[in-house]
Amino acid sequence: MAAIFPDLATPRNISNQLSNVWPLLAVATGQTLVIIILGIDLSQGAIMGFASVAGGFVMATAADPNLLGGSPLWGTVLTEGGGWLAGRSGSVLIGVGLMLVVGGLVGLINGYFIARFRMPAFMVTLVSLMLFSSAGIWLTQSQNIVNLPPEFTQLGSGDLVSFYFGEKVEATIKRRDILSFLTYPMVIALALAVAVEIMLRFSVLGRYIYAIGMNAKTAAISGVPVRRVIMVVFVLSGLCAAVASILYSARLGGGRPTIGAGAALLDIIGATVIGGTSLSGGRGKIVWTLIGVVFFVLLGNTLNYMGLSAFYIDVVKGGIILAAAALDVARNQLLAGQAA
Amino acid sequence: MSGPAILTLAAIAKAFAGIHAVRDVSLAVGRGRILGLVGENGAGKSTLMNIIGGVVRPDGGTMLLDGAPYAPASPGEASRAGIAFIHQELNLFSNLTIAENIFLNDFPQRRFGPFSLIDRAAVARQARALLSEVSLDLPPETPLDRLSPGERQLVEVARALRLDARIIIFDEPTTSLTARETERLFALVARLREAGKSVIYISHILTDVAALADDIAVLRDGALIEAGAKAQFPIARMITLMVGRPIDQLYPPRKSAPQAAVLLEAISLGATGIIRDVSFALHRGEVLGIFGLMGAGRTELARILFGLDSHETGEIRVEGRRLPARSARASIRSGIAFITENRREEGLLMNGTVAENIALAALPRLAITPAELIEQGRIRSAAGALAEALNIKTASLDAPAKSLSGGNQQKVVLAKWLLCRPSVFIMDEPTRGIDVGAKYEIYSIIDRLAGAGGGVLFISSELEELLAVCDRILVMSRGEIVGEFARAGFDRGRVLAAAFREAAA
Repeated sequence: MAAIFPDLATPRNISNQLSNVWPLLAVATGQTLVIIILGIDLSQGAIMGFASVAGGFVMATAADPNLLGGSPLWGTVLTEGGGWLAGRSGSVLIGVGLMLVVGGLVGLINGYFIARFRMPAFMVTLVSLMLFSSAGIWLTQSQNIVNLPPEFTQLGSGDLVSFYFGEKVEATIKRRDILSFLTYPMVIALALAVAVEIMLRFSVLGRYIYAIGMNAKTAAISGVPVRRVIMVVFVLSGLCAAVASILYSARLGGGRPTIGAGAALLDIIGATVIGGTSLSGGRGKIVWTLIGVVFFVLLGNTLNYMGLSAFYIDVVKGGIILAAAALDVARNQLLAGQAA
Repeated sequence: MSGPAILTLAAIAKAFAGIHAVRDVSLAVGRGRILGLVGENGAGKSTLMNIIGGVVRPDGGTMLLDGAPYAPASPGEASRAGIAFIHQELNLFSNLTIAENIFLNDFPQRRFGPFSLIDRAAVARQARALLSEVSLDLPPETPLDRLSPGERQLVEVARALRLDARIIIFDEPTTSLTARETERLFALVARLREAGKSVIYISHILTDVAALADDIAVLRDGALIEAGAKAQFPIARMITLMVGRPIDQLYPPRKSAPQAAVLLEAISLGATGIIRDVSFALHRGEVLGIFGLMGAGRTELARILFGLDSHETGEIRVEGRRLPARSARASIRSGIAFITENRREEGLLMNGTVAENIALAALPRLAITPAELIEQGRIRSAAGALAEALNIKTASLDAPAKSLSGGNQQKVVLAKWLLCRPSVFIMDEPTRGIDVGAKYEIYSIIDRLAGAGGGVLFISSELEELLAVCDRILVMSRGEIVGEFARAGFDRGRVLAAAFREAAA
């Protein structure tokens, strides 16, 4: 690909694309857990938007009454002087904490209805998707909350290690010429992915998650607390979405109700399935999802460079997800054939 | 075999991935005769029947049906040629009515100009005629999900008759039937023979085969060992041929005796419509059998004892202590193990590895607290030790459970529970669908568990095995315990009479 489109392999593009990988990795990590237990979480995009709005409301340092004056929270939580926590010490910490709590709570609601009342995950998370994406838009009247404190936006793009290619002619290097390599989002997303992978592979909870995905009845009779594990998985899924929300909101410098809207869900589920996590449950790894995420981001980027419109890109992505799902079915049949 | 053959197989062979499932089988099915096909699991019975039924194509050999070459490319072709296959898992739609199931791919139709519509009156009339042939006294418009397994089987036979089948294959037809339904099925099979149909009857229950068949064929390791008239095959000889070596005894001797201490006690347990006033005590070192017909409430009782379902009255005590919270987890912690009647759906993670399956119930024990992390090495050594102790035959501990034979799968389930070191074992039909050799091993394990001071609650619908293995037998009927027999007083007739007492009413 790089041979045909030389721009693909430029350090600038690579650095740029890597920055797209990390939030998607964080949220797809949660989706992987849900798909392993034979569920699906359609509400992750809505959680991202809602958490973004919640964080924006408390952390903004200033707000424009012309834009946000119509918000039902104007005058109470958000004023011209900023959000509820504006200017207080530790506001970013509390704001980030609030975003995580929002994600975890929505996940808990999902998990409770699915585990307690045995409702289909598809149905419950679809309702959450509608509820929380609309709530986010209503609270902001479809506006973005800007003016987030720099300590927060740092999380979305701050560098730990960066490169500069070129001659040093001036005393200061322009920001846009610095290529990020090791960034906060990378460290945060990778740390989350590694922690979840360790949990899956080496903990009792992880073994339980696989067992429920393979056969929930057998798992229950073998003493696996099935309901509790299902709830924990959906909470983790919500938390992962909240982490992605933090990374995105910080990078875009605003609380946006729409950051997880539209085709975001396609990317999340697509990357997970392309990684190889089985739609028939019981099989999947975070490292597979990492590969799927990188593939998906590069795919979108390549198609972009080919000059395709966003609509074509989604058509191609959809086709590739279909192929991955077909491959999953073929793999299951192959495995079943071996046993016969 | 006397008389002309309707179906002749010559040198039929089939291999899957280089492994011979069926090799060089030559066999004839007589017109208007019942052929009993016996063999251990994996002997090639299913593959052979799948070849006849058009599900699998043979690698070699030829078939003649009524003198004409027969090589079905699909099940549809086989059924058009007059071969009906009554599967173990019934091929019916439980959301449709009896009549709809019978006529599914061939409704009687009436033409209205350019349209042809289903002729409801003809459907009902023909369905009633077919149902009376199989003596199923139900209206054709009854939804199938109201039918018992036995009644459903009769519907399948009716469908076979509708397709004018010449050969009807029954694969383990009695597995989920009550004693009365079984009798009814046998009468029907005999009537089919009178009507000139040929029947191939496959079963693990050799007494049934001996009672029903005219001819017998024994398969082992994919090859036909011997075939001939029934008279040449007393049951002991069938077993010897199936296993390949003489088996002196079907059951190991019961080596130890029960002790006085009570392990598990049920005190007037009741749940509306399920069980009523069930009380018993299981002693240390005892094998306590529970016999009953289908629907007597045996499995329901087991589930209640293990805490999967709730009970309204009474209580359950383990070693004198009342069971706390009602959950599988709590029961496991109190030292109860539950080997369920269907290992595929409830006993195993079929896609999981042998090691994963064995470790599943004991994971909290194997974990390093407080982080609850697991050391793979510990799981493997624990699983490996049990696999060896129970003589589990598997390619490796990492092989998927579904690659094992039925008997070895059951041993994996046992290993899973043994790792939790329980004292009470509830076993629901632990030998169902496994072959003679593996059954013997399971009986030996039961005897050993009791000898080591455990208590075994052995639920079965095979009275013979209970009489051979148990110290005491309780008989259940309609959710109640209606009889108790100590080993000294074991009597087949009396136990059966107790089981039928209410069912006959």
